[in-house]
Amino acid sequence: MLDTTHIQEQLFERFGRDHFTIQITADGIPTLWVGRDEIIEVLRYLRAESTPAYRMLYDLTAIDERARHNRPGQPDSDFTVVYHLLSLKPVAEVRLKVALLEDDLHLPTATTVWPNANWYEREVWDMFGIVFDGHPNLRRIIMPPTWQGHPLRKDHSARATEFEPLHLDPKRQDIEEDALQFKPEDWGMERASEDNEFMFLNMGPNHPSVHGVFRIVLQLDGEEIVGAVPDIGYHHRGAEKMAERQSWHTYIPYTDRVDYLGGVMNELPYVMNIESVMGIEVPERVKCVRVMLSEFFRITSHLMFFGTYVQDIGAMSPIFWMFSDRQKAYDVIEAITGFRMHPAFFRIGGLSMDLPKGWDRLVGEFLDWFPDRLTEYKKAMARNAVLVERSKHIGAYSQDEALDWGITGPGLRATGYDFDLRRDRPYSGYENYDFEVPLGKNGDCMDRLDVRIEEMFQSCRIIRQCMENMPEGPYKSDHHLTTPPVKERTMHDIETLIAHFLTVSWGPVIPAMESCTMVEATKGLNSYYSISDKNTMSYRTRIRTPSFAHLQQIPLISQGGLVADLVAIIGSIDFVMADVDR
Amino acid sequence: MMEFTQAEALGVLATVAKTLIILVGAVLMAALMIPIERRLLGLWQDRYGPNRVGPFGSLQVVADMVKIFFKEDWIPPFADKAVFVVAPAIIMVTSLLAFAVIPFTPTWTVANLNVGVLFLLAMSSLGVYSVIFAGWASDNKYALIGAMRTAAQMISYEVFMGLSLLGVVLLAGSFNLGDIIESQRGMWNVIPQFPAFVIFFIAGCAEIHRAPFDLPEAEQELTAGYHTEYSGMKFGMFFVGEYLGIVLISCLVTVLFFGGWLGPWLPGFVWFFLKAFTFMCFFVLLRASTVRPRYDQLMAFGWKILLPIAIVNVAITGAIVVATS
Repeated sequence: MLDTTHIQEQLFERFGRDHFTIQITADGIPTLWVGRDEIIEVLRYLRAESTPAYRMLYDLTAIDERARHNRPGQPDSDFTVVYHLLSLKPVAEVRLKVALLEDDLHLPTATTVWPNANWYEREVWDMFGIVFDGHPNLRRIIMPPTWQGHPLRKDHSARATEFEPLHLDPKRQDIEEDALQFKPEDWGMERASEDNEFMFLNMGPNHPSVHGVFRIVLQLDGEEIVGAVPDIGYHHRGAEKMAERQSWHTYIPYTDRVDYLGGVMNELPYVMNIESVMGIEVPERVKCVRVMLSEFFRITSHLMFFGTYVQDIGAMSPIFWMFSDRQKAYDVIEAITGFRMHPAFFRIGGLSMDLPKGWDRLVGEFLDWFPDRLTEYKKAMARNAVLVERSKHIGAYSQDEALDWGITGPGLRATGYDFDLRRDRPYSGYENYDFEVPLGKNGDCMDRLDVRIEEMFQSCRIIRQCMENMPEGPYKSDHHLTTPPVKERTMHDIETLIAHFLTVSWGPVIPAMESCTMVEATKGLNSYYSISDKNTMSYRTRIRTPSFAHLQQIPLISQGGLVADLVAIIGSIDFVMADVDR
Repeated sequence: MMEFTQAEALGVLATVAKTLIILVGAVLMAALMIPIERRLLGLWQDRYGPNRVGPFGSLQVVADMVKIFFKEDWIPPFADKAVFVVAPAIIMVTSLLAFAVIPFTPTWTVANLNVGVLFLLAMSSLGVYSVIFAGWASDNKYALIGAMRTAAQMISYEVFMGLSLLGVVLLAGSFNLGDIIESQRGMWNVIPQFPAFVIFFIAGCAEIHRAPFDLPEAEQELTAGYHTEYSGMKFGMFFVGEYLGIVLISCLVTVLFFGGWLGPWLPGFVWFFLKAFTFMCFFVLLRASTVRPRYDQLMAFGWKILLPIAIVNVAITGAIVVATS
């Protein structure tokens, strides 16, 4: 892959070769083990001084290594903290790992290098119990404050049945409620300024415009927002933990529900990740169908965004039009996949079935009909004077801020930063399509809206190209890890029967590996980082979602605005709480 | 003891009957507005709206009323009980009282006050109390923010409402609503007083906090604003109060700018009803098609744009009236 040795040489030259241990991973991302005393220096160097400079802290997570058998050549470690850095221009990644032993789970915080390390480190503490020294507010972020234990540790059970039954008696309820009580002092907030007492307004987790179960506590001076503390975790379902007990195939439906508006788009990084590791070359037809369906889901997700954004601004009708239009897209999706929102259609190495007869007519009808409607919505709503007035210069951030906070996708393009993974590092055959990358200018709510509207037009273009150039061929690759033997033949000899039985019951055994694949999902960069310990299940699956990063930035961009602006900002970010909490 | 002659007693009875008919009529009209609004919104939003109860869903309002009557009449323990209970009554009372001065036909007025316009303004001003009391007594932050927004919004827009009416009053030379209608025999006020009509309509919208001026109850921001804590029939009263407001403002626009009962061929009342009904539907269309401005934008729009226009309008009208008399 891109300049793997190059960045290693630079690091060796700067810090000395003996500080690093190189690990070869299946995805080819340069992976280096660093001592915890050097890690901050290395991060600082990679952020600004190396070529290319890895400007974005893309992900920060951890692995509980205590139960892992296959880790040849890796330093001893009970818990490994993983830093995933990303350079957007040129597209390059680097992964740093820090080994920690169980009796000393401490390492210095990276919040001094990247502001968005804050939530990631809280999450790692919450899930693994690793302490980041110097972190401004290391407290639970996903799990309830009263939770005992750290869920992603291997010794923490994954099923509710393994716990004592929960009884929410009044006493327990009081304890839980008290734990959720907001104390401004915990967040370094003042209760009053010199001449004014602040009002602390608890918005959510049950509120019409927080798009799911998201809580944000506002520090208000009149209606002006002085400070804000987002509180997430209400939609946490342990998707990463579930991956550790599902077979490689049966986990696919779970991915659908991570960004529940993204549908098959979530499956794409997951299946591509395993395919790239196994060296499975999927047929061209599969690639084309995947692109087509992903773009369909980009349209449905963006339409939903458009409707709810305008609804949040206070217009009542567009959401209904857009819901019925979205349904037209879902009709096509349903005809092809058999399911509306969470089709679980992609398979490792192919698709669950071939395209149905007459699919091209349905797609064609949608394409003939939809762009005109969208043009009309754009004229009627996105250019509405009051809407423009309420969106321009609201919730604006600069390109630098966006990169600092790990903003990707339309939110990044709204600032004018010309980056789209589909074009800049094509996957699944995106290099074969002709499309443009719409850009904004100011990075405000208006631009975020416009970028998404234009992206829908571009998605239509891509879908049309898919429709007109759909290659013929199989819809599954012929690979023993993905496709069980043909059922008829199993009745003739025992080996085939055994092979068939094992593939469909236990599922395939994926060799020991580590790999990460990212895609340009509806809301930004989404990636699956899978670790196999030569088993039928994943050893660790890390889902890096765009919404998590985007949400963390809310306090920064909402400061000084009114409550009404916050609603616009929340709407314009386009997050899905399931995508945040996983 | 005063002695009543028979004629006087009959007069009193007639007035009482008239009052009751108008009161019941107004409330019925307000209730009817609910299914009408929901069906119209459905029409404009590519969906059906309620169409199951009764023919064309017309009995939906009855079903809703039954439901709302049987709901638990709950007062939050932290609320200021007396004020909490009084608040929804105020909006009903003030809205209904305002109907007293509206001349539906030359003979159908409950109180033919010679300061009818002032009485109307007074009643709509009193309506503010309902919202402020509700927000205050609820002891809820969303309700409080909603109430504060209302106070500012309604008091400001009252100013423009009053100013826009002055032009009409100048033209008619009277505060009496009947006289105002009579003065429009030659030409409806909407033509000479077009800016006043626009301002009055906008201010009226803000006064009864209908979309797009529904900031006090902006669902997306304040959940339900000042009536967040209300449920059951108390909530229903706010609801009906809002629809009474629509009927009232529509009637007023008809009286002040569109010649009230005046019109050829059809009886006066039919004309009045048709005109008022058009505006009621227009309110629904407004709700279906507009975007809510932000609070500070709403205030800026009022004070920086509506106020100067209203003042200039009054000045010019005054000058013309003086010059022609």
